[in-house]
Amino acid sequence: MRDATRSISPARAELARVSSFLRQELRPRGRILTPFNVITATLVLATAVILFFRFAYGLGSVTNLNQDYPWGLWIGFDVVTGVAFAGGAYVVVFLVHVLNLERYRPIVRVTVLNGFLAYVFYAGALVLDLGRPWNVINPVIGNSFGVSSVLFLVAWHFMLYMLAELIEFSPAIAEWLGLERLRRFLERMTLGAVILGISLSILHQSGLGALFLMAKSKIQPLWYSEFIPIQFLVSSVFAGLSMVIFEGTISRRVFHHRASASFHFSQERIVVGLSRICAGAMFVYLFLQALVFLHGQDWRHLTAGWGSWYLLENVGFVAAPCALFALAWRNRSTPLARWAAVLAMLGVILNRLNVSVIAWQPHAAVRYVPTWMEFVVTLGVISAEIWVFRWIVNRMPVLREEPAHATTVAPVSNAEPTHLRKEA
Amino acid sequence: MTTAPGQGRSACDRRGFLRALGVCGAGLALSPAALAQAQAEGNPYGVLVDTTQCVGCRTCTRVCAEGHGLPVPEDVCRERTTERQLTVVDGRAVADPRVDTGAVFVKRQCLHCLQPACASACLTRAMYKHDAGPVTWDKGKCMGCRYCMVSCPFDMPKFEYHSAAPHIRKCDLCADRLAAGELPRCVAGCEAGALTFGRRADLLLEARKRIATEKDAYHAHIFGEREAGGTSWLYLAAVPFDKLGFPGDLEYVSYPNLTKEFLYGVPVVLTLVPPLLLGIAKATHRDTLPATGGRRA
Ligand code: SF4
Ligand code: SF4
Repeated sequence: MRDATRSISPARAELARVSSFLRQELRPRGRILTPFNVITATLVLATAVILFFRFAYGLGSVTNLNQDYPWGLWIGFDVVTGVAFAGGAYVVVFLVHVLNLERYRPIVRVTVLNGFLAYVFYAGALVLDLGRPWNVINPVIGNSFGVSSVLFLVAWHFMLYMLAELIEFSPAIAEWLGLERLRRFLERMTLGAVILGISLSILHQSGLGALFLMAKSKIQPLWYSEFIPIQFLVSSVFAGLSMVIFEGTISRRVFHHRASASFHFSQERIVVGLSRICAGAMFVYLFLQALVFLHGQDWRHLTAGWGSWYLLENVGFVAAPCALFALAWRNRSTPLARWAAVLAMLGVILNRLNVSVIAWQPHAAVRYVPTWMEFVVTLGVISAEIWVFRWIVNRMPVLREEPAHATTVAPVSNAEPTHLRKEA
Repeated sequence: MTTAPGQGRSACDRRGFLRALGVCGAGLALSPAALAQAQAEGNPYGVLVDTTQCVGCRTCTRVCAEGHGLPVPEDVCRERTTERQLTVVDGRAVADPRVDTGAVFVKRQCLHCLQPACASACLTRAMYKHDAGPVTWDKGKCMGCRYCMVSCPFDMPKFEYHSAAPHIRKCDLCADRLAAGELPRCVAGCEAGALTFGRRADLLLEARKRIATEKDAYHAHIFGEREAGGTSWLYLAAVPFDKLGFPGDLEYVSYPNLTKEFLYGVPVVLTLVPPLLLGIAKATHRDTLPATGGRRA
């Protein structure tokens, strides 16, 4: 009995501590009326209004979707492109947890957090696009498994992958709450989550491409081949890493007070290393594109207007950034890498939109152009994601190693700043 | 152009005979035992559309709308179905000596593919191919993702963009009537003998017979025999089908086949990749960690 009281009261005290801590953390911080906040708040509000009409009067009341274009900006950009950009998470955890390349460890948490939020928000945007969203649980609870459907696979992988990423990130949450035992427990699950997550990512990144395999007669032949899944998978590597480089640039400015010295210290090395991987992945991708092109004997398509558009995408936004990345790696130039990342990201946006929207049904009588409302909702979703990201980065140990831990258990890391985390 | 059933019958005895054959055949075939047999044999029901017989009266579009609780469509020819009109009659001007009227009428609707792209795309099995032939849609299951529309090579599923509880609409081959032993509404309503209902294998035989016996009247091709891996609706025409607005770039293999390899690859990746990753993780793990704590984050 004495044992019981002894174990309950610390637990209670712990609970009280965590809840009062949470109450304090939930309060907003910093200035509220910044231009960024005002603009994004307007976008989010407008999104809410538009979504009200969308759910009350149907998709047709706010979008330009039609019978020839069942999927528009919300699927083509938010989901198909957004998930490609979230691919950085699986590549970086592969580098750090599987290849044990310690130099990338400082960016693991922020990348995983970014990936996780991207899935929550952009894959979540899928629900906005569903005509009968109340039936979305059907393929989940198992009363109707359409196992022959690529979309079924993709949907399940989205859900499982979000879980895997949450587990990968969860030690940061436990640390933030000061729950040391929980953190240790969660950290033991990391490698398992990482391995599951990478396998799932390989499948659903390519699966997003496989979605379009049956649309053979609807996609302009330059963008259709039976290799779309592989092309999507390979391009998700440099799409994700370009996003990591790009996002790192912004985070470094906005959240510099939250980042540890080692984070700043290792930025250059990391960016240069990632540039090299991007250059390699883009080279593989270009090679694949060339093979597919020759295999499909698409020469005749090159002369038409679509041909120049295709060349613009692949030369201007793949080959050029590929060369820039290679240069950035050779000259160890971070600014060059940033430019390359921006170009590469534009290329990925172009590619995903070409497959899903722009080169879709090129002969349709009425071509689809998104309404301004579709753009607003897309921007609103991005704004909401940035808010959550900022909230978390401003509170949890994302851009620095866990402080409590680093000081109490591993004093070694103080002695040697290049050792980013001696112990975990 | 007006409906002329009597005229049609007198003009060609074969038509009357065929209609009798079709109706009798259907009547017989639709007994529950025969239905079960059709399912067991994988020989679904279907409809043979003989465009050389269609007079363009559009009765089928009216009875279809009435039967499905949709507004009776305007009495005009249309190229494409809509979410309000599940079947249309497409009138095509054709300059060809085999077409003496200069016009060919093509009834269009979902073709009820043998291996439908739409059903294999559907992640909730709301689009579903019944063994008896029809591909139907279930509103209790559909989540409105519209992947069926993305996948159908004939662009048949249509979505109600202006509804808060939208349906996917397309021809359902009157599955309710088939189950009750009745003909699909359009077939029952067609007085010109352009539509013949029956088992697909029988319809193919019949189509071949028509092509063989009236070489001048038909272009020697049965649309739907192999297109998209075979469809339950089959078409005959006097001229090549690309002249009648049929898609010319169709696969002869079924569309679900296009994603088969990818789906086969999934279990392979899921069984091979994790152990591989684990192996690499172990192999590259350098023991730089202090002895005090766990292994890695
Ligand atoms: S025509 Fe289209 S909607 Fe009809 S069964 Fe075939 S794939 Fe499905
Ligand atoms: S829209 Fe409905 S019927 Fe079509 S694939 Fe999605 S869930 Fe299935």
